[in-house]
Amino acid sequence: MPNLQPYANPNYFIILGIALVPLIIGFLNGKRWHIYETLVSLLFLVLIFDGDKINQGLALIGYVIFEGALIWGYTVYRQKRNNTALFDLAVVLAIMPLVIVKFVPFLNPGRNSIIGFLGISYLTFKAVGMIMETRDGSIKKFEPWLFLQFMLFFPTISSGPIDRYRRFKKDYLKVPERDHYIDMLGKAMHNFMLGFVYKFILGYAFGTLLLPRMAHLAMASRGGFLDISWGLVGYMYVYSMYLFFDFAGYSLFAVGTSYVMGIETPINFNKPFSSPNIKEFWNRWHMTLSFWFRDYIYMRLMFFLMKHKITKSKVLIANLGYLTLFLLMGFWHGLTWYYIAYGLFHAIWIILTDVWLRFKKKHKDHIISNRWTNYLAIFATFNTVCLSFLIFSGFLDRLWFH
Amino acid sequence: MDVENTVVEILADLTGNDDIKDDMDMDLFETGTLDSMATVQLLLELQGQLDIDVPVSEFDRNEWATPNKIIAKAKELQ
Repeated sequence: MPNLQPYANPNYFIILGIALVPLIIGFLNGKRWHIYETLVSLLFLVLIFDGDKINQGLALIGYVIFEGALIWGYTVYRQKRNNTALFDLAVVLAIMPLVIVKFVPFLNPGRNSIIGFLGISYLTFKAVGMIMETRDGSIKKFEPWLFLQFMLFFPTISSGPIDRYRRFKKDYLKVPERDHYIDMLGKAMHNFMLGFVYKFILGYAFGTLLLPRMAHLAMASRGGFLDISWGLVGYMYVYSMYLFFDFAGYSLFAVGTSYVMGIETPINFNKPFSSPNIKEFWNRWHMTLSFWFRDYIYMRLMFFLMKHKITKSKVLIANLGYLTLFLLMGFWHGLTWYYIAYGLFHAIWIILTDVWLRFKKKHKDHIISNRWTNYLAIFATFNTVCLSFLIFSGFLDRLWFH
Repeated sequence: MDVENTVVEILADLTGNDDIKDDMDMDLFETGTLDSMATVQLLLELQGQLDIDVPVSEFDRNEWATPNKIIAKAKELQ
């Protein structure tokens, strides 16, 4: 069997198209065949993880068994008791494989952990989400078949969007109304076409054609203050465009495929560069990641701090929440100085944005606010976001230290 | 306890806006009236004043988006 990486070449799409036809016919006739859906998923999981990726495939199997056993155990326990230390332990165990995978290349540069596999970062969110919902009493039973379907849902396995168990289960168990499914098919078609333009035309143009030239130019123009040059500025914008079109393109494919399969996976991008400030930006960029951190980290931490009256200052609580959220997000990307700097950058930026928003609210009557100030805000936000992406790209590491 | 009045009072307090009762179908999140911090405060107030326990994972923004929806949810969970 050949190895095909998700959405990477025409063969993947051809096989996908052929495999999905019976599903589409079924749905249009009001029928849902879970067995067939599962066979298609298995086919694609094999295609993604065979050949030279077989070790990853084995790691994936081991990981799913481990997380399944953990979640099952915790779910059973939680129906009788609710000890906090045990909940904390369950979460720590759930993230252990990912932590190991992130630490190995940090301790041993150049080496990758044998337990790693494509998508482990994203599957871990799904697993931890399930544990937290079980803790909260929202999930009361472990359902192995649904768990496997949720975790191994192949359209989103490599890089999300990150779905949530109960939302997925609801979609999975129902047969969409014919009219609704036709609507979903329409959206899927639109997603595939837009995804194609984003990933294979724009993302390709920016990432494969322009970016290396900018990199070359920036590296050759070192010597100024902080090695800044027009080449570096060019790199910043080109990289930002590449990042958006490549990732948004992938997300469109993932969501489109999900829709054809009757699962309304949440979207990841919603005109992010039209955001007037960084708070709005995180409602529009990599949305499923942002909302996961918001709901499972930020809100829980704030709830804890406020309930236990750790401090009276709401501002301090919010700021601690932001720092925790964005630093964790930085670490999640990897144990490099630039990922952590990226997290810190966004933490500080959002804290300062809150300062500004509070000031604006207080002096509402003395601050100009019109169409032009809004454009200015969008422009400023866009540029600052691009600067944060330059940090995120790791290029500064190349520029300054190599 | 009058759920409707309590919720309106809590919201007015949180947002610093007494006119909240004039538009009970306003989307509080889209308009930026409520953010995550205010949401947590809302849940804590509901717990304290109406004895309603809402775990954070139960909170779905779609179901709690407007004052009317919040009142409906509060009544349901009482």
